[in-house]
Amino acid sequence: MSKPMTGAKMVVQALIDQGVDVVFGYPGGAVLPIYDEIFQQNHIQHILVRHEQAAVHAAEGYARSTGKPGVALVTSGPGATNAVTGLTDALMDSIPIIVLTGQVPTFMIGSDAFQEADTVGITRPCTKHNWLVKETDDLARVLHEAFHVATSGRPGPVLIDIPKDVQFATGKYTEKKARKSYYQPQVKGDITSITELAAAMEKAKRPIFYTGGGVINSGAAASQLLRELVAATNFPITSTLMGLGAYPASGDNWLGMLGMHGLYEANMAMHGCDLMINIGARFDDRITGTLDKFSPNSKKAHIDIDVSSINKVVHVDIPIVGDVAHVLEDLLKVWKSGGRKTNAEGVSKWWDQINLWRKVDCLKFEQTGKVIKPQYALQRLEALTKGHDRYITTEVGQHQMWAAQYLGFEDPNRWMTSGGLGTMGYGFPASVGVQMAHRDALVINVAGEASWLMNMQEMGTVTQYKLPVKQFILNNERLGMVRQWQQLLHGERYSSSWSESLPDFVKLAEAFGAKGIRCDDPADLDDAIMEMINHDGPVVFDCLVEKHENCYPMIPSGKPHNEMLMGDASTEGAITGSGQALV
Amino acid sequence: MSPLKIKKGASSHSAYNLRSGFSDIIERHTLAVIVENEPGVLARVIGLFAGRGYNIESLTVAEVDHEGHRSRITIVTTGTPQVIEQIKAQLGRIVPVHEVHDLTVEGPSVERELALFKVAGKGDARIEAVRLADIFRANVVDSTLESFVFEVTGTSEKIDAFAELMRPLGLVEVVRTGVAALSRGQA
Repeated sequence: MSKPMTGAKMVVQALIDQGVDVVFGYPGGAVLPIYDEIFQQNHIQHILVRHEQAAVHAAEGYARSTGKPGVALVTSGPGATNAVTGLTDALMDSIPIIVLTGQVPTFMIGSDAFQEADTVGITRPCTKHNWLVKETDDLARVLHEAFHVATSGRPGPVLIDIPKDVQFATGKYTEKKARKSYYQPQVKGDITSITELAAAMEKAKRPIFYTGGGVINSGAAASQLLRELVAATNFPITSTLMGLGAYPASGDNWLGMLGMHGLYEANMAMHGCDLMINIGARFDDRITGTLDKFSPNSKKAHIDIDVSSINKVVHVDIPIVGDVAHVLEDLLKVWKSGGRKTNAEGVSKWWDQINLWRKVDCLKFEQTGKVIKPQYALQRLEALTKGHDRYITTEVGQHQMWAAQYLGFEDPNRWMTSGGLGTMGYGFPASVGVQMAHRDALVINVAGEASWLMNMQEMGTVTQYKLPVKQFILNNERLGMVRQWQQLLHGERYSSSWSESLPDFVKLAEAFGAKGIRCDDPADLDDAIMEMINHDGPVVFDCLVEKHENCYPMIPSGKPHNEMLMGDASTEGAITGSGQALV
Repeated sequence: MSPLKIKKGASSHSAYNLRSGFSDIIERHTLAVIVENEPGVLARVIGLFAGRGYNIESLTVAEVDHEGHRSRITIVTTGTPQVIEQIKAQLGRIVPVHEVHDLTVEGPSVERELALFKVAGKGDARIEAVRLADIFRANVVDSTLESFVFEVTGTSEKIDAFAELMRPLGLVEVVRTGVAALSRGQA
């Protein structure tokens, strides 16, 4: 069962045994033995990023677009601390990644050695679990356990800290399935509760499915089952930012995204429903608005694999702890075997109401004049890339919300965005990870110029590995979302929210050996986007857009779903009192 | 009300009032947490309480199964019913946590604490201290001509009471183990 090898070789062997084909990393003193082993093999490709944060986001992008865990490898000290943002991001969005960090040799731990940091201490609150391996004999077991923990139950980031002497020493390699882990989260839901939900679905007059990232994380089967469930019931469905693509945007029952910048019909339906079926979402504050007025007259069911998500912020009537795919399979069985039927008359009236809300057409805008509206840029991007094998990543801010509103996702794992942590600088390195997983796909990072600059060093990575990622930058020369909040909340005092001394993005792209395209005229936009799509290589697309466009609809802080702001005219004094303190 | 007018019950780690619709009554619960005795496991448990703003009134920990490498952590905590439920759920999802028991709701339980009291004095005060120690079934585990160390075992309330009595009699120093608790009966 076991064979002797060095710790460094064990790392590579374990990655191979776990089916890893690509590792994102950055070398340094404390991981040199592992890099030496990587050099001497051809199973795993190493992608040299230009900053450790990018390695972790790339691993996240890989994981989210494939459903497989992503792997990052960084050195001790600053390598590990640079990984912290990515780890926290993955924890908030439940993304399975494995981060390997080097550590100073065991006999130097605690001596404030060069590039020493208490990595397991620093990362304990931002990982699902982490390990410091002090014996080479334990290393292989921990590596396999790490993959199990990262991908089981509610997925999340794990970290293994490996001192350099442990990498050099020889020990026994343990095979992948040598020991069953004691960590075995429950995946099957309680059938009594599932039956109770089915009964509630029969009675409901104003039902809604509210789905989240848990559906995506549960795998392709979960999305398929969700579609069957929607088809079987004809209930309307909305989704969080994290869950886009689980149900196709072209589907008849799709209401669009809900939440702070969600669609009018989705939020109004959430507010007015009598049965809310939460599938793999977590009642995040971006979704609920003020809690005491959140969907006041509904019975609430909540399917979640994490017990701690149930009743955390919103009291639910039918809690079901389990994996989405398992629960939906059972729910469909219960639904179909009992010959159950919905309250067709009630649901039909509900649809009439929803269709009236839809007529408000909350995303309408007018592209007039010579300045590109950001919404128009995304609308054209959507139209011109629709037929492609397309993956979208984003940075964080207005452009992210517009992308969620104006781009349509037909399948899961096509949309990679930093939801929980809201990490500016996520999208570019994530697009690197996505492109590595899907070499022939069209990978576009919808960015704002400010977010994009946070990890722009990855231009080096994409040109080195000839990754044809498209950086679609909506350049308003502003920190748009910050500026919008300052306009609404802080008397239009725009404190530090515009970008001065921006680079010439075209020249910047060219300086790295990539292609740069600038577009500032709506009339040229289609041609420019086509030029971007057709270019076989990385592109930085500098799309100069309207500088003061605000992102609507918007649920202002401290307000419920049915008090959305629909446009600039309605914003005067919209956020007052306790709402001002909220983020 | 703070200058920011944040409502009572609003939590510092979210934008919105997280406690609406839940009971505001603060309860005190004793939790028994069975964990894999691996490095850092106590830090994970304590970090959870600190990071999410929960209270720890008392905490004791020791390995109770040397062969199975299992430790038992006894935590006395306070919070609203909803917070207590969150604490249990959050503890349960820590990877090396095997079991979480709420001894306060799972049936009758016994709770004991051990404390050592150093009392210094002469004459009548010294005699009174010994007399009271006898009433509390305390053991004298160290004595000099001018001091005693008493060992007291019992509920936290009993130890509080003993401390109150010793204070005017020359109490110098106290150490308490924190609460250890077990459910009553067979199971």
